[in-house]
Amino acid sequence: MSGTAVMRFRQPSVLPGFGIALGFTLVYLSGIVLIPLAAMILKSAGLGWAEFWRIVGDPRTLAAIRLSFGASLLAASINAVFGVLLAWVLVRYSFPGRRLADAMIDLPFALPTAVAGIALTTLYAPNGWIGQFLATLGLKVAYTPIGIVIALTFIGLPFVVRTVEPVLREFDREAEEAAATLGATRRQTVFRVILPSLLPAILTGYALALARSIGEYGSVIFIAGNIPYVSEITPLLIVIRLEEFNYAGATAIAAVMLAISFSMLLIINLIQAWSRRRFGHDG
Amino acid sequence: MDIRIENISKTFGQHPAVNSVSLEIRSGELIALLGPSGSGKTTLLRLIAGLEHPTGGRIFFGDEDASRKSVQARNVGFVFQHYALFKHMSVADNIGFGLRVRPRAQRPSRREIRARAEELLDLVQLPGYGERFPAQLSGGQRQRVALARALAIEPRVLLLDEPFGALDAKVRKDLRRWLRELHDKTGHTTIFVTHDQEEAIELADRVVVLNKGVIEQVGTPDEIYDTPASPFVHQFIGEASSLPVTLSNGEVWLADRATGLRSEGNGEAILYFRPNHIEVVEGCSGCIAGVVVGSRRVADTRRVEIEIGAGRHRVEIDLPVGHPAGEGSRIAFRPTRWRLYLSGASENAAPRKVAVHA
Amino acid sequence: MTVENMLVPSAAGTAAPNRYEATSETRGVRIVLIAIAVLFLALFLLLPLAAVFMEAFRGGIQAYFAAITEPDALAAIRLTLTVAAIAVPCNLIFGVAAAWAIAKFEFKGKSLLTTLIDLPFSVSPVISGLVYVLLFGAQGYFGPWLSAHGIQIAFAVPGIVLATIFVTFPFVARELIPLMQEQGTGDEEAALSLGANGWQTFLFVTLPNIKWALLYGVLLCNARAMGEFGAVAVISGKIRGLTNTMPLHVEILYNEYAFSAAFAVASLLALLALVTLAIKTFLEWRFADGIAAAGRSH
Repeated sequence: MSGTAVMRFRQPSVLPGFGIALGFTLVYLSGIVLIPLAAMILKSAGLGWAEFWRIVGDPRTLAAIRLSFGASLLAASINAVFGVLLAWVLVRYSFPGRRLADAMIDLPFALPTAVAGIALTTLYAPNGWIGQFLATLGLKVAYTPIGIVIALTFIGLPFVVRTVEPVLREFDREAEEAAATLGATRRQTVFRVILPSLLPAILTGYALALARSIGEYGSVIFIAGNIPYVSEITPLLIVIRLEEFNYAGATAIAAVMLAISFSMLLIINLIQAWSRRRFGHDG
Repeated sequence: MDIRIENISKTFGQHPAVNSVSLEIRSGELIALLGPSGSGKTTLLRLIAGLEHPTGGRIFFGDEDASRKSVQARNVGFVFQHYALFKHMSVADNIGFGLRVRPRAQRPSRREIRARAEELLDLVQLPGYGERFPAQLSGGQRQRVALARALAIEPRVLLLDEPFGALDAKVRKDLRRWLRELHDKTGHTTIFVTHDQEEAIELADRVVVLNKGVIEQVGTPDEIYDTPASPFVHQFIGEASSLPVTLSNGEVWLADRATGLRSEGNGEAILYFRPNHIEVVEGCSGCIAGVVVGSRRVADTRRVEIEIGAGRHRVEIDLPVGHPAGEGSRIAFRPTRWRLYLSGASENAAPRKVAVHA
Repeated sequence: MTVENMLVPSAAGTAAPNRYEATSETRGVRIVLIAIAVLFLALFLLLPLAAVFMEAFRGGIQAYFAAITEPDALAAIRLTLTVAAIAVPCNLIFGVAAAWAIAKFEFKGKSLLTTLIDLPFSVSPVISGLVYVLLFGAQGYFGPWLSAHGIQIAFAVPGIVLATIFVTFPFVARELIPLMQEQGTGDEEAALSLGANGWQTFLFVTLPNIKWALLYGVLLCNARAMGEFGAVAVISGKIRGLTNTMPLHVEILYNEYAFSAAFAVASLLALLALVTLAIKTFLEWRFADGIAAAGRSH
């Protein structure tokens, strides 16, 4: 079934179906993912460097990238802090509704982004439940960059929690006891013994949340003001360029976003490789 | 530093893990807490460390009542069965941890901490391992680092919870010997928990035998082995065979047969002896006789199982390798060293009175 | 572990023994931390969810049902279901094929392949739609050829299906690959040695071993397929009644200030999300071993 060319590249096995399975996989993967992506990259390459940088360097584009990146960083940071707290509380403590809370963490994964978008906007709009309350404090959230951060915090909420939970669950509690016998206060134990060993997991979750937030569209466009240079996120700018039939513009910006996404993927893999080397285990 | 334990109890739910235990430990002693699973030995150790809060009783370190002190304040060195090293820190950082977390006033300088870590690495025979990480060490090495870490804080007492339980047999043997040498060199009061009676007897100055949360006996290894205070100790340490007997008129009777052993007292009792403390007798004028039902080779002797009398009691005795007795043959013997535990005494109850012989 | 060292989970407020009592946070600290965590969850998760349902029923039950049975809404629902009905099985077959090749055989380039399969996860949904516009739009690579033949892909249902397949591409594969790798080839080899052929082995030996992970992957794939917005927004023509999926319909209603109606349709999607979560939790609880190894990230 497999020719000599294939035999050289894979170890022989009694199981059948390698050819069709791999063949189908490659064809499907290429057709749906690789070729379309390659086509887009080719198209943006076809612009030529000068044109490419002109589009990307355009003040409006830069503002959008800065906003997407900055808001994502902030949201991921919030999620890093609260994610650790949530993971801690869910793993270490017992309280009524803990199981429910644990299940709910995945809501941002399951809920369609548009639904999240309109729900958050309604909540934080000047006449919304939370928006009203904040207005009395003089704070405006909806239709501003702050609204974007709130939406991205929602989207990224599960990432750090889910990467930290398993590590925390497996944590060697005797190490905590050892720290106590050596004279460390509870605070010292938490900050010097537990948190540092959670670091790889926290970083991985952070990077995942960041990667997701940068490209997020549906949950953000309702609550953002979408005002150019102020509260316009990069994906929206791509859509606008498309609607203007400015395919070149859309492609160039998309290429930049892809580059950022792939670097994040690379960083995540590096974090995991580093942690495997240092600690002898993942995360 | 002396440690005095006064009526310490610890109950988990309904279950008393440690039941009103009292013990005095002399400064500089190497003492073993020995017992089977569930005997309370680990709980007792953790109570001394402050890792558990007692439900009753007190613990004194020297003259000071340490019972209500937090674990941090007790200054004990604890070594866990599974090392509990800080995986994200280097060996040197692990060892120096106890010194680094001290309040500013009592904290040595970084240079001093590093020096101390190296000193300890030399002591545990791992010189130059400071920059390695726990993941790169073998089990035996990790346990030595754990010990060095515990010693770094100059503890008042060293507590070890089945320290060699997770290691291979050969490594265990080497580390046992090494621990004894270390103790002799440093002189720390040391308490270690083990379920391995060989380990306890080999290492300890005194052995505390625990069973179901109470102390069965405290004594030197010789005392524990040669003069066990209860049936439990007798069968837990070394090997033992037992038979239900009756005492009357100064004779010990097995059912309707005279065993040839003499003792005062009257009533029911249990006779304990070790398989190797017997002599074979020809003809029986006062002996224990039975039929061989099984036999196996154990090192230089043959361990033979014998079924005795109508009650079909089974005991094991040691015979020389060349002894002709085989399955089905009758054999008669008499214990040369033996102990009697009086009526109602069993492994599970505290003996009321013990008669000692030989 | 000796008998006395049982870890008994302590419920807040009871005196159940906690093995790590001596080295845990004080009760006060615990309560504060729990309170902060619960408040955070309530603020970010519960409130939005509650808002969806409250706004949906703001106009009353009649208005609610009117909104979701309105022709354009029904068309949107139909389209969403159709797209999911195509995308999910496609990715299911792909997932199984890819997992079979990757988990049961050794070949060079395996980890590259796995990384490539994960690619759609790191791509922004907008870009996922964009690539198909670039390929099949009027000005795209195949644009002229397609219009010459009267085939419409971009800004029509086929485009929506393709974009949806793209964004939900890895879901089933990611669930199956680690699990099948863990399971190894032992069972299949045994079946073959007993005389089964390839298909029999697959149907009667492999499939039963992976059925829960399969279900789990399909569940996640479906939830995302029905809820996808960004990619579909780009490639759909947003023609009411024709190329609107439910999320797009929600957007249209919202932008027309028909808030109640928007939330009414949104509530159906929210309900789908809750059902997905419920089934997911159930599967995780009951069949933890039958689902992929830990270390997954979504």
